[in-house]
Amino acid sequence: MDAVKRYCRSPSALVGLFLLLLVVAMAISAGWLYPRDPLSLAGRPLIWPFSNPRFLLGTDNSGRDIAAQLFYGARISLLIGVVATAIAVVIGVLIGAFAGYYGGWVDTVLMRITEAFQTLPNFVLLLVLVAVFGSTLTTVTIAVGIVSWPAPARLTRAEFLSLRNREFVQAGRTLGMKDIQLILGEILPNALPPVIVYASVVMAVAILLESALAFLRLSDPNVASWGNLIGLGRDVLRVQWYVSAIPGIAILVTVLAVSLVGQGLNDALNPRLKGR
Amino acid sequence: MTDTPSAVLTLDGLSVKLPAGADRLHALNEVSLAIAADEILCVVGESGSGKSMMANAIMQLLPGGVSIDGGRVLFEGHDLAAAGVAEMRKVRGAGIAMVFQEPMTALNPLRTIGDQIGEMFSIHTGLPKKDIRARVQALLEDVRIPDPQQAARAYPHELSGGQRQRAMIAMALALDPKLLIADEPTTALDVTTQAQILKLIRELQQRKKTAVLFITHDFGVVAEIADRVAVMQHGVIVEQGSVRDVLLNPQHAYTKQLLAAVPPLAAPAPRVLSDDMVLTIDNVSKTYRTGGFLGRGARITHAVKNVSLQLPRGATLGIVGESGSGKSTLARCLVRLIDPDAGSIVSDGKDWAKMTKENVRRETRHIQMVFQDPFASLNPRRKAGELVAQGPIIHGTPRVKALADARELFALVGLDPSAGDRFPHEFSGGQRQRIGLARALALQPAILVADEAVSALDVSVQAQVLKLLAELRQRLGLSIVFITHDLRVAAQICDLVAVMKDGEVVEHGLAGDVLGRPQHPYTKALIASIPGGNFERARP
Amino acid sequence: MRILSLAGRRLAASIPTLFLILIGVFLLLQFAPGDTVDAMMAQMGGGDANTARELRKFYGLDLSIPVQLGNYLWKLVRLDLGFSSIYGKPVATVILERLPPTILLMTASLSFAFFFGLVLGVIAARGFNKWPDTLISTLGLIFYATPSFWFGLMAIVVFSIYLQWLPAGGFEDIGAVQTGLWRTLDITRHLVLPTLTLGLIFLAIYLRIMRASMLEVLNLDFVRTARAKGLDETRVVVRHVLRNALLPMVTLIGIQAGTMLGGSVVVESVFSLPGLGRLAYESVIQRDLNTLLGIVFVSALLVILVNFFVDLLYARLDPRITAEG
Repeated sequence: MDAVKRYCRSPSALVGLFLLLLVVAMAISAGWLYPRDPLSLAGRPLIWPFSNPRFLLGTDNSGRDIAAQLFYGARISLLIGVVATAIAVVIGVLIGAFAGYYGGWVDTVLMRITEAFQTLPNFVLLLVLVAVFGSTLTTVTIAVGIVSWPAPARLTRAEFLSLRNREFVQAGRTLGMKDIQLILGEILPNALPPVIVYASVVMAVAILLESALAFLRLSDPNVASWGNLIGLGRDVLRVQWYVSAIPGIAILVTVLAVSLVGQGLNDALNPRLKGR
Repeated sequence: MTDTPSAVLTLDGLSVKLPAGADRLHALNEVSLAIAADEILCVVGESGSGKSMMANAIMQLLPGGVSIDGGRVLFEGHDLAAAGVAEMRKVRGAGIAMVFQEPMTALNPLRTIGDQIGEMFSIHTGLPKKDIRARVQALLEDVRIPDPQQAARAYPHELSGGQRQRAMIAMALALDPKLLIADEPTTALDVTTQAQILKLIRELQQRKKTAVLFITHDFGVVAEIADRVAVMQHGVIVEQGSVRDVLLNPQHAYTKQLLAAVPPLAAPAPRVLSDDMVLTIDNVSKTYRTGGFLGRGARITHAVKNVSLQLPRGATLGIVGESGSGKSTLARCLVRLIDPDAGSIVSDGKDWAKMTKENVRRETRHIQMVFQDPFASLNPRRKAGELVAQGPIIHGTPRVKALADARELFALVGLDPSAGDRFPHEFSGGQRQRIGLARALALQPAILVADEAVSALDVSVQAQVLKLLAELRQRLGLSIVFITHDLRVAAQICDLVAVMKDGEVVEHGLAGDVLGRPQHPYTKALIASIPGGNFERARP
Repeated sequence: MRILSLAGRRLAASIPTLFLILIGVFLLLQFAPGDTVDAMMAQMGGGDANTARELRKFYGLDLSIPVQLGNYLWKLVRLDLGFSSIYGKPVATVILERLPPTILLMTASLSFAFFFGLVLGVIAARGFNKWPDTLISTLGLIFYATPSFWFGLMAIVVFSIYLQWLPAGGFEDIGAVQTGLWRTLDITRHLVLPTLTLGLIFLAIYLRIMRASMLEVLNLDFVRTARAKGLDETRVVVRHVLRNALLPMVTLIGIQAGTMLGGSVVVESVFSLPGLGRLAYESVIQRDLNTLLGIVFVSALLVILVNFFVDLLYARLDPRITAEG
């Protein structure tokens, strides 16, 4: 409860929470506000924003409603952000926990693999994965999750390394706890807060990665995503730059919101480090 | 007396305010002191008494949110409390110099010792580089660092703790300051190193006629080095006077209480020991191999080497030694947190050293451990009651019964039985140590291994926990292995004492014999190094 | 010398990592729909099954996967990355042609991000919780949240289309044949926007780390020692804090090298730079798997090299490193 109070004391964290809730509200209300398929033809192409009350944010090169795509795009970004982050954090925590707790050759092998993943540029690996498994929403989400796990794994491992020799863990051992009891009951609850905070970074990066992929037309073309729209707008950038500009701002706001919430959580969960 | 004409530094009603939300309003409350040239004034107090805050206030090095809110700091006719930033910079280093507690972190790790000492001259004087080098050399010789030329070129991590502290002293004395403030300068050091550093400070002080403000928590150190003493409690000076008066004839109740809590070095009369050995340690060794790639540069450390000891039922075996002596490794071998390489540890007919992990887990209830750090040894996310009940639950006691038993244990170790619903951070250091004790006792062990269990505690709390431990030993028939670096503490509680050095036991026997008539030169050196030996003899 | 051997040992230790990557990606690519021969046939406008079989035999694609992997690795040891059917040249040649723009872009972005990240981080930490700190930290957060490709597009709109100050894309003016200084200037003009675009997110990361690192070091004991010596704040920062605070920044260069190379894929695509990143993109689109695998190898190699230099730099900055060796 202290943490909630500390969180609410930070204005930037509240702004972040507000922005995030705004994006969530967009995602939820999309189907209700725009019952039609956002990728279907809605009107004349390339209507400027605020010039036609039917299309408040204008239309794109193929006459689709930008506002509708924006609302549906929020669904895609949040979905990919949350699911890919969950995948990355679960893999990362598992690998990091085993490597950090057992050390020795287990650690060496797992860290070699992690190192390999970090040595290969994540976006290049993403390209390879998409080239091999195709560009559906599912494969892209899983691929983003797979390229994002090394950082949480390293963080978890570092936490486990420092915690496993802490006296309270040794005390648990002298009480006769099994490894699994020590890992789950004693170490993990103490190792998790920084990993949860870091998950906000993973989520921000995941959203950015997917939008970059979509911009390069390598993500799922059959869903309304912000990156797709920016890529589309590139063809008419010289005059109708708004087609690219509007969804870009949506990405910026979403990633900013996630980062601010993450920072707020950090200050709330680790009060000693406030301001760092 | 606050305006003694010969005083180098006079604090006149100095108050320092703490930020809102701290445990009290003022870190210092109207403190008045005077330090004469050519004297060592010790300020002694327990943690949180405000003694370090006073040192920082004089230098205007207070942490953020803390500020002076009244009184004067008179130094050479100026009030430093009202001095500007530029004026203060001229005083720091040149007029008043400072030595800090942690030699490991007080020096910049990325610059050489010589460079950092030389910086004193480049800040405050216009000496050419060549002269600075010569002066640095001379200073390092003054503090008797081995191989001064090499030391000047060394980085801090290449020196030992004692050598670093010597370098710090050399740096502080570089410009012959009028006043040296030493903030717990020997607390982080081993006892033999501490004795050398204290001697060095004494000697340099006498030669250079520097006034020294020496901050410490240890009355032994006070007895060793002080001319005058000021006792501090909750930011107030409760008593000050000459070292003889204060130590031998304390007036204030708090001073009396503190002095009474300092354990005497002499062991009490020996108790009758049982012939039944509850624990037999035979030729136990543990070796570490560190570093080394393909065998190159590999270092082999004999952490514990052929140690053989016996613990009679109901007795306390003290294992004493300095850091790196292997005493903690041995303790961890006993509870199998570390697997020994060789030897046997026999208790209750079973050899602990060779037991499988699975069996250790089952049998571990017979031998339990109490840890050093009252803050790190309790899982911060579990309630106190749960922490104590955990052990029995693992070994099959139903949860409800274990939690009920925990309440009784709380009473046994002198805690409020209803405290089980609180989290560790809501307890003080001494209370946490009691929880740790209750946790170990919950399994009703035959043997208790206490690893520096009272070392992190203030002296008055330490005395209470030691008393509790002695009571429990009597009541529950416990046998205790007591690891400590503090010979005074060992003298208090141990029936038998073993002295360890570099992984080996150099001497062991009855506490009274080992401490009273030491045979081995190292034991003699250890005992001679204990600060306040004189004070010991003068004690009533 | 000790520093060099230490870094060299780290370099040697990364060889298994490199092989792990190559084997992993090689096996991964076996799952890809279509192989090089399919791509070639498509390029030639189709062909009969017989030709395809002949070609597969010629390229050794009819062998079992372990044998193919062995062949590939054996060729790799002799620095042969295979043949790109799309470009009609050896993969090594194609990659070497595309390498300079990427290296130039990465170096420029890294320098930009590192320098300004450092300066802004120091300013923010010095004015902790005052307005410069708030301003810089907010800017950092916004930069971090800005998608690089979008920033690039908007920069093109502003600086190339409206203001017409800078070119919208390409590595140099192909029309005019230029030499020497003029060519350098021309390339510089072309690289300004890509450098800013790629560097922006790293600027945000560096300034955040530098600020945090400064604040942490400012709290350490030896800074108090320095103040107690009578040093003024500027000298405390310059002589005692800065070098210590730089250590995490230097580590970060190594950790971020891969991310930066990945970022160049997008930036090179936005600005049509003929670099390695764009080549990676093209080879995915054209299913030129041989080239893709070569790029994987070269980019991993680049990251390992960057880390080697980072190790050297770190060891120069921190004397404690060599002691542990």
